[in-house]
Amino acid sequence: MAKTILTVDDSRTMRDMLRLALSDAGHTVIQADDGIHGVEVLETAGLVDVIITDINMPRMDGYGFIEHVRRRSLNRMTPILVLTTESEPAKKRLARDAGATGWIVKPFNPDKLLAAIRRVSP
Amino acid sequence: MDPMEAIRQTYFQECDELLLAMEEGLIAMEDGEADGEVINAVFRAVHSIKGGGGAFGYEVLVGFAHVFETVLDHVRSGKLAPNGDVVKVLLRAGDVLSDHVTAARNGAGEVQDGDVKEELNALSGISPDGDDAAAAEMEGVVFTPIHVEIDDAPGPAPGTWRIRFAPHPGLYAKANEPFLLLRELGRLGSVEVRADLSGMPELAALDSDQAYLAWDIVLRGCNDRAKIDEVFEFVTDDCELDIREDVPLAALEIVTQTPSPAIQPADPTPAESPPTEKKTAGAPQAPAEAATKQTIRVDLDKVDRLVNLVGELVITQAMLTQRVMECGQARSSTIGAGLNELEHLLRELQESVMAIRTQPVKSVFQRMPRLVRELAAQTNKQVHLTLDGEATEVDKTVIERLGEPLTHMIRNAIDHGLETTEERLSAGKPAEGKVTLSAEHRGGRIVIEVTDDGRGIDRARVRAKAVEKGLISPSASLSDEETDNLIFLPGFSTANQVSNISGRGVGLDVVRRNIVDLGGRIVIGSVAGKGSRFSLTLPLTLAVLDGMVVAVGNQTFVLPLTHIIESLRPKESDIRPFGSNGRLLNVRGGYVPLVSVGDLLGVEDAAEDLAAGVVILVESEGVGRTAFAVDSIIGQRQVVIKSFESNFRHIEGIAAATILGDGRVALILDIDGLVARCREKSRSSEMQQAIGA
Repeated sequence: MAKTILTVDDSRTMRDMLRLALSDAGHTVIQADDGIHGVEVLETAGLVDVIITDINMPRMDGYGFIEHVRRRSLNRMTPILVLTTESEPAKKRLARDAGATGWIVKPFNPDKLLAAIRRVSP
Repeated sequence: MDPMEAIRQTYFQECDELLLAMEEGLIAMEDGEADGEVINAVFRAVHSIKGGGGAFGYEVLVGFAHVFETVLDHVRSGKLAPNGDVVKVLLRAGDVLSDHVTAARNGAGEVQDGDVKEELNALSGISPDGDDAAAAEMEGVVFTPIHVEIDDAPGPAPGTWRIRFAPHPGLYAKANEPFLLLRELGRLGSVEVRADLSGMPELAALDSDQAYLAWDIVLRGCNDRAKIDEVFEFVTDDCELDIREDVPLAALEIVTQTPSPAIQPADPTPAESPPTEKKTAGAPQAPAEAATKQTIRVDLDKVDRLVNLVGELVITQAMLTQRVMECGQARSSTIGAGLNELEHLLRELQESVMAIRTQPVKSVFQRMPRLVRELAAQTNKQVHLTLDGEATEVDKTVIERLGEPLTHMIRNAIDHGLETTEERLSAGKPAEGKVTLSAEHRGGRIVIEVTDDGRGIDRARVRAKAVEKGLISPSASLSDEETDNLIFLPGFSTANQVSNISGRGVGLDVVRRNIVDLGGRIVIGSVAGKGSRFSLTLPLTLAVLDGMVVAVGNQTFVLPLTHIIESLRPKESDIRPFGSNGRLLNVRGGYVPLVSVGDLLGVEDAAEDLAAGVVILVESEGVGRTAFAVDSIIGQRQVVIKSFESNFRHIEGIAAATILGDGRVALILDIDGLVARCREKSRSSEMQQAIGA
C-alpha cells in the first residue's frame, strides 16, 4: 500500500537515496533537513504513515526529534525508524528509549529498507 | 542520467560542503574557540561523509572516516582533550579525508594516509592491528557471530518453531504493532497463532496503556533462526520472547539454551551514553544559527537567463523613459512618476537577481589553511594564517577564478615574503610569521588582501633584476611603488633558483593577467623589513559595469570607471607634439602620452581640435598613465555588459558592448588593449619613418 513517509536527514545524499528507494516502491516522500525542520514539516503535513530519521543532525538531533513527536504531536503513534551507521547497541538503545519503533543500519539496500517499513506499518 | 549517478554527484557536492564545514570547525578548535556545537558539527561532517561513502561502497574512504570519527567522538564526549597536538593530527586527518574523497570521486588514486591513520588509532585507543576499521566495527555487532553459527548449523528437516510472544506496554508506546510482526512471521512459513487472553482483566479494570495480550505461535517450514530474530529485532527489549525449535528430544538440551541472546542489545558503553543523553536534552533549546539557512539548488543557466532578462528590462525601461521625456511629459506627471517607480523597482530587482549569483568568499578562503600548513612544512617555516571577512559576498564566476591567483599569492608570501625562523629571530621578530588573508567591500568592489610580516620587497634587487632582464633601462627613474610593481612584469622572477613552491611555471604576470581578465587590478605595497601587502580589487559582478559614457563624433563609448583616474579640459599650451605624430599632455608638470580615441578607432567626424574636447586620464596595466581625448562626457552610469565575442567576434581594444537608454549600441572600451594598440601603431609609424616610407 502506498504510504506517506517523512524522511529527516541533514545529508542530501541520504535524503536522495531514501527518496529514490521509497518512491520507486510507490510511496509518497516528504523531506526535512533536521529535527526542527521535521517538526515544522509535520505541523503542516499532519498524519504520516512512517517517519524515518537520522540521529546526528544539527539544531535538533534524532533523539530530540523522536521525543518531541512521541510527546505531543498528532504523530505520537506513528512508527519511527532511525537510521544508524553503527550497529552498536548503545545508539539503538538510546533511540528506543526516546521512542523509536525500529532502526535501519546504513548502508542499506532498498529491500532492507522496505522490509523494515513493512515490519512497522500495515 | 541514472538516478544513482545523480545521487553520487550530490554526494560529492555535499562532501565538498561538509569538508569545508569540517575544516572551519577544526580551525576554530586550533584557535581554541571551539565549543561543543563546533565539535559536534565536525563530527557530523565526518559522519555524513562516511555514511554516504558506505552507500556507494567506498571502503577505503569509509575505513579512514571511521577511525577519524571515533577520535572525534572521544573529543566530543570529553574523553580526549583537544589540545594542540591532538588538533594537529585532526587537521592532517581532515586533509587526508579530503584526499580520500577526491580519490573516490576520480575513481582512482592511492591516498597516503599511513601515519595519520596510525596516529588516529593511537588517539582512539584502537590497536594498530585493527587497521581494517570496517572489520573493527563489525566486531562490535553482537549478533554477527551467532548469525554465522546458525547458518552453519545444518538444518536436517524443515524447522518447526514454537514462539511465545508477550508484549510489554512499552512496545505499543513505541508504535510497534504485534499484528505486523505476526504477518511477517507468516512470510517465513506457515503459522498457527493462538492468542492468550488469560491476562485480560474485567472491562472496568482495563487500562488502555497496559498490555494484556500474548501469543503462542507455531511456525513451520523455516530453516533460518536469524530470519525469525530479525522479525522481532525491534521489539526484543519490550516483550517476553521465547523461540524454541521443535526438535527430537535428544537435541533439545542444546537448542533450548538460546533464549535469543543474539538480539539482546548488550549494555551501552557507560562512558558514551551520559554525554549523549545530555546533548539530547540540550539540543532542542540551542538556537544554533550554524548553517541552517534554507537553500534550494538552481541550475546556473537559469539564473544567468534571469540576469540577462533583467538586464534587457533595465534597458527597455531606460528607453521608455527617454521616449516619454521626448514627448514632452514632465517628470512630475503621473506617467513620469510611474516611470520613476518602475526604475526604482527595477534597480531593486536587478540587485536581488545579482545577489543570487553571489557567494561568500569563504569557499575559496577555506582552501588556504591547508595550503599554508603544507607550505610551512615544506619550507620549514612557522606560519600563522588569519582569515578575515570570509562572509564577504562576490559573484560566483569571480569566486571560481579567484582560487588560483590567491593560491599563488599565498605561496609567494610564504616562500619569498617570510624569512626563515632563524632570520626572524635575529631580526627581533617573533618566530612565527603572520600571513593575513582578508576580504571586504569597498566602493562597490571587493578588495582582497594578502599581507605578510616578512622581509618586504628588496627594491635594489628587484631593480637590478629588471635591468638585467632588459625590462627597464638602467637610467629609468622609478618610484618605490613602481619598482615594487615590476615583479608583475612577464619574465620577471627574483628567486635565484626556481623553488618548487613559488616557481610552478606560473609567474606573477599570469596572476595579474587572470585578475585583469576579471576586470580587476592588483597592486603591491611593501615596507622593507616589515612585510608586504598584495591588494586585489575586483568587480562584484561580471554582468554590469560602472562606466563613463563619452561621445566621440557620432559614436558613444563606455570607459570602465575602474581605469579612470581623472578627467580634465586641456589647455592648448599643455599639448606638445612628440615624435612623428605622437602627442604628449602636460599634467601638472608631468607628461603623459595623449591619444585621440577618434583617431585610434577611426571615427570619422571626431573633433580635430583636442583642446576643445575633454581628456580622460586612464591607468593601464604595466604601462602607466595615458590621456584619452574624447569630444565630451555624457555621464556616468551602470551598464549591462553584452558579450561581444558571443554575438560578433573579438576586436582588439573593445571589451564588450552595451545598449544605451536610447536603444543605441555603445562599445565598452578595453583600456589595456587600446593602449597596447596605440603603442604598436606609433612603433610601426616610427619604423615607416626610419625606412623612409
